[in-house]
Amino acid sequence: MLTDKDFLTKQKPTWCPGCGNHAIWIAMRQALAELNLDPHKVLIVYGVGCSGNDTNFIKTYAWHSLHGRALPTAIGAKLANKDLTVIAMGGDGDGYGEGLGHFLHAVRGNVNVTYVVHDNKVYGLTTGQTAPTSDRGFKSKSTPEGTLDTAVNPIALSLAQGASFVARGFSGQAEHLKNIFKAAILHQGFSLVDVFQPCVTFNKINTFKWFFDKLYNLDEKKDFSKNNFQQALEQSMIWGDKIPYGIFYQEQKPEYVASTPQLQGLALVKRSMKVRDITKLIYEFK
Amino acid sequence: MYYFMQAKQNLSWKIGGEAGFGIKSAGMMLAKIFMKTGYETFDYTEYPSLIRGGHNTYQVMVDDLEVNSVTKGVDILVALNKETIDLHRAELTVGSMVIYDKDKISNIRAIEGINFLPLGLTTLAKQAGSELMRNVVALGATLAVLEQPRNFADQVVRETFGPKGREVTKNNLQALLLGYQEAKKVYQEKFKCFLPPKQKNNNILIAANEALALGAVANGLNFYAGYPMTPSSSILQYIAGIAEKVGIVFKHAEDEISVINMCLGAAHVGARAMTATSGGGFALMTEALGLAGITETPLVIVDSQRPGPATGLPTWTEQGDLQFMLHAAPGDFPRIIMAPGDTSEAFCMGAEALNLAEIYQTPVIILLDKFLSEGLSTVPEFSTQGLKIKRGKLLSQEQLNKLSKFERYKLTADGISARALPGMKNGLFIANSDEHDSGGYSSESAQNRQQQVDKRAAKLQSFAKVMPEPIIYGNPKAKKTVVVWGSTKGPVLDAYLLLSKKQQSNIKILQLQYVWPLATNFVSNVLCHSKQILLIENNSNAQLGQLIAQETGIIIKNKLLKYDGRPFFREEIIKALSKL
Repeated sequence: MLTDKDFLTKQKPTWCPGCGNHAIWIAMRQALAELNLDPHKVLIVYGVGCSGNDTNFIKTYAWHSLHGRALPTAIGAKLANKDLTVIAMGGDGDGYGEGLGHFLHAVRGNVNVTYVVHDNKVYGLTTGQTAPTSDRGFKSKSTPEGTLDTAVNPIALSLAQGASFVARGFSGQAEHLKNIFKAAILHQGFSLVDVFQPCVTFNKINTFKWFFDKLYNLDEKKDFSKNNFQQALEQSMIWGDKIPYGIFYQEQKPEYVASTPQLQGLALVKRSMKVRDITKLIYEFK
Repeated sequence: MYYFMQAKQNLSWKIGGEAGFGIKSAGMMLAKIFMKTGYETFDYTEYPSLIRGGHNTYQVMVDDLEVNSVTKGVDILVALNKETIDLHRAELTVGSMVIYDKDKISNIRAIEGINFLPLGLTTLAKQAGSELMRNVVALGATLAVLEQPRNFADQVVRETFGPKGREVTKNNLQALLLGYQEAKKVYQEKFKCFLPPKQKNNNILIAANEALALGAVANGLNFYAGYPMTPSSSILQYIAGIAEKVGIVFKHAEDEISVINMCLGAAHVGARAMTATSGGGFALMTEALGLAGITETPLVIVDSQRPGPATGLPTWTEQGDLQFMLHAAPGDFPRIIMAPGDTSEAFCMGAEALNLAEIYQTPVIILLDKFLSEGLSTVPEFSTQGLKIKRGKLLSQEQLNKLSKFERYKLTADGISARALPGMKNGLFIANSDEHDSGGYSSESAQNRQQQVDKRAAKLQSFAKVMPEPIIYGNPKAKKTVVVWGSTKGPVLDAYLLLSKKQQSNIKILQLQYVWPLATNFVSNVLCHSKQILLIENNSNAQLGQLIAQETGIIIKNKLLKYDGRPFFREEIIKALSKL
């Protein structure tokens, strides 16, 4: 039986004490262990930012990508080897700034990849500038008078684009987060897990306390079903004194690899590679 | 009265009209007909970046001998509109013929020495079923003027329109016949181009884009992500069309950034990945090009060049991206840059690039340009004999099991480290865009940084030791050297063959198939022993010249550069070579 310790590398995390990333680090290792996924069967593709530094701290196959580009890499890897469990990990600036286009297109394709976004509403590794998920008015090094931009709503965006699995987790609730990760990894299709993970150094607004005061768990909400799109959409728009978290929506939709005829049977990279006979292909040029 | 010149066994044929007139399909059919009669052909199209209207031409060179260029001069001009005559009259040479649609074009100004053949192309096309078939009527007329048998043409029409159904095929055969009969009736003279059917050869008719794609397909390509961009798009479309049949994963991604990162993801887990784009799309890929370099991930990228910068001239040709390919992406890392000089070379390099990418675990760039990418030509049928899939130091599970410790970026003499694939036991590693140690972990140690940079650089030095030498055509001892790369090879060789024997004996042509790494010693040696050097490039800055100067210290002053969006015409090269 695997434990979270089987996913430890020799490197110690370099995040600030109290950083929300620690809980994601632990919850992900626990989720992988409980799903009994051997480290060598997992590929995690990281973006660039504090989230990306996780590359060195979780023992699986890893790809440390470019800022914003984790998703296309993860999709390419999954298409080529469907037997791998492929997870993409990025930050809010990474995934909803540079990578927002890739995110919506990944939703469209519905390739079986789990996308975990470390969402702290600020740029951490570049030492405190406004993020795409910062609320309007957020003051930072890049917006000293407060940002004039409206925050990106990844939950509503992905729902509107037809996502088959949409969830929000919170670093203050690691056990709950672990369970969301497990459900997302088991989901056959693209899954988004947006994780609130307070930045204790550069975000003095969206603190652990700020989240604890507002968050309510969708699992505990009466009459709420994660299979109801209208309810999910409605909950995704709630932002203010109360903020929902948990699994907003899940639906089984056609998955990309399963829908690709040439990907049935053996995973692409497990087939023997031979020089192809092109005689028939050449016929059209005669 | 008709004008006649001494008969010659070649033809320069051009058809012109608006987009939507079937200009391209008529041209392709003519090329195919002559291929079937045993001739060599080379095609060149000019078209603006739009779908309907505009002025479009398709030129077919037919020759007794191998042909890889076009002439400015035209022997038969088929005009489906008046504009075609107005724009191309200067290209007509003595004894040339203009076949035009007299139903659409009137008030033609006669030109001394030029034959005009007015035919009711519209009337005849309507008679056959639809005005749309004016192009096929004109094709029939062309064949009559050239005294060609109809059987090959009928066959090509059937092959072309067969997929569109019996009715369409029947009508087009009729259009061909009507054009043929009408031209025979009106014109009964001898034409200057004499092309009797020859022995059937084993040629195929294909452009460099499809040839390159076929080479890659033959040699194990199994992943292709792409985003369309002229003039690379026919690679994407060709692969997309055969992907399911041959077992290639094809993904049309949202942009070129996604494309290259998808390819890297696939290559990282063991696929043979390739993509193709043009300069603008490549510009979007540059950050990830460096990622391929630092993670040592195999990847093949085709850049089919068009004149830039920015949107530039989307449907025209240039060799303007060489310096960009040499320097794209921040930082130093090894890359291999290949430049096929013709369609057969494109096939071979499409296959070879996949091997090199895996052996040296680094990006390989293949440079084409619109002239080669979209120009159909006859080439001997490709053979896969001699192809071999080489995956370099890729470890098997058995080999990994025997290792006590696996280090993906282990320092080695040749710079190449053994590679494991995600999914394999005992092979865990990080492919890291941060500088990393031998296990892939992020490292900012000064010593490690230097070692890893040197290790990656060593791979290119390893390749430089074994890469094929540049090619010399002509008399190797000649003191006059013409330097070419990529698509300028065709026009230069074709022009060279038209020189007198004496002129030929004084000239050799140096072709660089591998532009980077540069075969510095070889090039230096050849140039040092030359009395005269002429550099021919389809760009404004002599980009290869810059590279040669940088690497060898030799500055080539005598340059023939062209950057008006057009390829070199044979006449221009003959003039330049004659001055040497």
